[in-house]
Amino acid sequence: MLAYVAKRVLYMIPTLFGMSLIAFMIIQLPPGDYLTSLLSTMADGGQNLDEATIARLRAQYGLDQPVYVQYFVWIGGIITRGDFGYSFEWNQPVSTLIWDRMGSTLLISLASLLLIWAISLPIGIYSAVRRHSFGDHAFTLLGFIGLAVPNFIMALTLMYASYRFLGQSVGGIFSPAFVDAPWSLAKLTDMLSHMWIPVMVIAMSGTAAMIRILRANLSDELSKPYVITARAKGLPEHKVILKYPVRIALNPFVSSIGWVLPDLVSGVTITAIVLNLPTAGPLLLRALVGQDMYLAGSFILLMGVLTLVGMLISDILLAVLDPRIRFN
Amino acid sequence: MITPERLLSVRNLSIDFHLRTHVLHAVRDVTFDLKRGKTMALVGESGSGKSVTARALMRIIDKPGCMTGGQILLDGPDGPVDVAEYKEGSREVLAIRGGRIGLIFQEPMSSLSPVHTIGSQIVEAVRLHRRVSKKEARVRCVELLRQVEIPQPELMADRYTFEFSGGMRQRAMIAMALACDPEVLIADEPTTALDVTTQAEILDLIKRLQDERGMSMLLITHDMGIVAEVADEVAVMRFGKIVEQGSVDDIFHASRHPYTRQLLDATVKLEGGAEGRALPASLATTVAPVLSVRNLTKVYGAPSRMFSRSSGRGLVAVDDANLDLFPGENLGIVGESGSGKTTLGRMILRIVEPTSGSVTYRADEAAPPVDVTALGKADLRRYHQDVRLIFQDPFASLNPRMTVKQIIGDPLVISKGMSGRAVEARVAELLGKVGLDPLAMERYPHAFSGGQRQRIGIARALALNPKVIVADEATSALDVSIRSQILDLLLDVQKQLHLSFVFISHDISVVRYFCDRVAVMHKGKIVEVGDAETICTNASQPYTKRLISSVPNPDPRNKRMLHRLRADQV
Repeated sequence: MLAYVAKRVLYMIPTLFGMSLIAFMIIQLPPGDYLTSLLSTMADGGQNLDEATIARLRAQYGLDQPVYVQYFVWIGGIITRGDFGYSFEWNQPVSTLIWDRMGSTLLISLASLLLIWAISLPIGIYSAVRRHSFGDHAFTLLGFIGLAVPNFIMALTLMYASYRFLGQSVGGIFSPAFVDAPWSLAKLTDMLSHMWIPVMVIAMSGTAAMIRILRANLSDELSKPYVITARAKGLPEHKVILKYPVRIALNPFVSSIGWVLPDLVSGVTITAIVLNLPTAGPLLLRALVGQDMYLAGSFILLMGVLTLVGMLISDILLAVLDPRIRFN
Repeated sequence: MITPERLLSVRNLSIDFHLRTHVLHAVRDVTFDLKRGKTMALVGESGSGKSVTARALMRIIDKPGCMTGGQILLDGPDGPVDVAEYKEGSREVLAIRGGRIGLIFQEPMSSLSPVHTIGSQIVEAVRLHRRVSKKEARVRCVELLRQVEIPQPELMADRYTFEFSGGMRQRAMIAMALACDPEVLIADEPTTALDVTTQAEILDLIKRLQDERGMSMLLITHDMGIVAEVADEVAVMRFGKIVEQGSVDDIFHASRHPYTRQLLDATVKLEGGAEGRALPASLATTVAPVLSVRNLTKVYGAPSRMFSRSSGRGLVAVDDANLDLFPGENLGIVGESGSGKTTLGRMILRIVEPTSGSVTYRADEAAPPVDVTALGKADLRRYHQDVRLIFQDPFASLNPRMTVKQIIGDPLVISKGMSGRAVEARVAELLGKVGLDPLAMERYPHAFSGGQRQRIGIARALALNPKVIVADEATSALDVSIRSQILDLLLDVQKQLHLSFVFISHDISVVRYFCDRVAVMHKGKIVEVGDAETICTNASQPYTKRLISSVPNPDPRNKRMLHRLRADQV
């Protein structure tokens, strides 16, 4: 088991290296650099900088160096000093900008993931065991609605409902009064009262998908011979189902840890913008538009790291859950 | 109505399956008795309702099915109780399941949970019916594993099922079924998925445990050989009805129902070589072989990856195999699972790349020999037109979304560029050749039975006028009566088209019926090659003798397995 984990961690190193290369290449892909986009914005505003200033700025930002030198300066800083570079647009080190956003992203991801599990596990089991019953059809209908409704529409609806009927301030994860306040019980309750909307919106499609996956998997497992074996032992029906087929049908649940993070960043950016969530998505979008290369690159890289870590966790959990994986 | 010697009486049992379009009467008015300490065999082909009947005794009936009538009288200390009257899932039924009736069945690979250890599954069974602590249950579990002759039971109890071989899993399954000393053991095709030698060992074990415990056994099987070796009484089932029942001697030597005789004939027929089968003339003279295999070796998993656990040489699947296949000949390759026979067959087709050695192919006498192992992509494709494969599983080897015409016509379209009418005409001709109605070509595979599907697979293999056909366990998934039909079909086709067969099988009677020469494989090596009759009656190698003597003999007056050679005797 330890060897398995060590092996997985070692395999992450070349993957990370490849990912950093790709992240850097992506941010270099659009023509021009941050200064070009800054100059065009300034030119739109009627300002013009002379050639010398531009050249001086280029040198200052290191943009006059060849691409590979820029890459090594950037990656070298990350590895040796944990320095992700400087955000041109925000005039702040990338690291201070990023950790905040990453924290709230993680928080919302985890909360949604837990909600997805809590709802889809019992419903999935019910739907598989009582297949084609009225309840199963009802949940199937709800599930397809959940899959089909765009997230942002759901977000807008919930925001409206929450504002109109509950009188809550909506958007963001704190009320304006608490944004800069130190942590306290009041701030926590405030956060929880805001969190339910994004968490529900984000969890909705995930839950619907997970119910379908669990139902399909469990239906397959229910007809396997080992279930009959368990029954033939004299085990009561509910124990038969929970102990044997459900245990084996759980694998996709655990695997979902791996993909929920990247999904949350790239998939729900629109929702995050609508809900004004301080997650990574909106910031990444802005950094990419403004060619704020170090910020964008670092975001992409960190997302990659998070995905890898998520995969690692899910693989380890899978190995714990399923000995067949452990022994391969 | 229960006499002391009767332990279980089934009276007029009927089970219906409510399907979407109609009601299927899976079991109709079935009546039989199970005597104390005796074995009753329930015989029939797939779909005859024998498994459903057996499971109904424990009140385990799969979903759309339900019991519509009948009694299941189980004799107990307070007189007989009718199991059929209890509610499914009630406490009484749960106490009978595993407590008084134990069940083992066919798939040793999937009948135990893959994510729990063997020990924990047996301990669970013990503790369901006995008030014992975990520790005591564990002691009992180790004791049970010892009884079923699993070596190092303390260690093996903590292993997972996938670390066991098929035979070992079936032993563990038996241990679990016997955990609470049931009075009745239902054995549902307990050895169908096992090799002949393992099958003989498992049947021995069941028999011994049954005698020690005085258990009654309901044995469900389609193999008349096993019935003759093990059963005291036989009931023959067809379409959900028992058509004939009686003592094993009566059934085998004085059967009255035509279906019973048909079943027996199909089995006995396979005990000898096919009639009217003369050795091809090519064997006698010095004809060049159509395929020559020389020093063919395959090593799997040679150490290369940096973290691989297995150190050393890797697994030698096929070790230095030498074979010749002559034109018009049927060459059988027999062996237990894992002996490398399938790998050898695939290397001949080069679906699996050999590690070393050569395969030489000669299209006809005049043609120059071709080294198959050195062929490029285009040449290999041409080779695959001449040498074709028939698969084992007639359900998995046909694409369910293609019509029969598309399936059979596919090779024609790909290799010959035929189209439209020409394909249709050729497919019709091929279907006629394999005994199917040409009108069937517009239908999808699901509309056909297992035997019919295998015919479609054969038609596909014949489409390009091949010279050689490699048939990998082509009849293993079929019922006995269908099996001999398919073998006769292959022989018929061979006569017409002058084909050569490489026939891979674990079933020795099938090989004896079908093949001219047989190669016996054991642990990757070819231990013996010879004339089929000689191999089956007078083999020279000890391993071959052991293999042959493990095959059940379909004659209750002449039980072969009792006198078989065991691994430690050779």
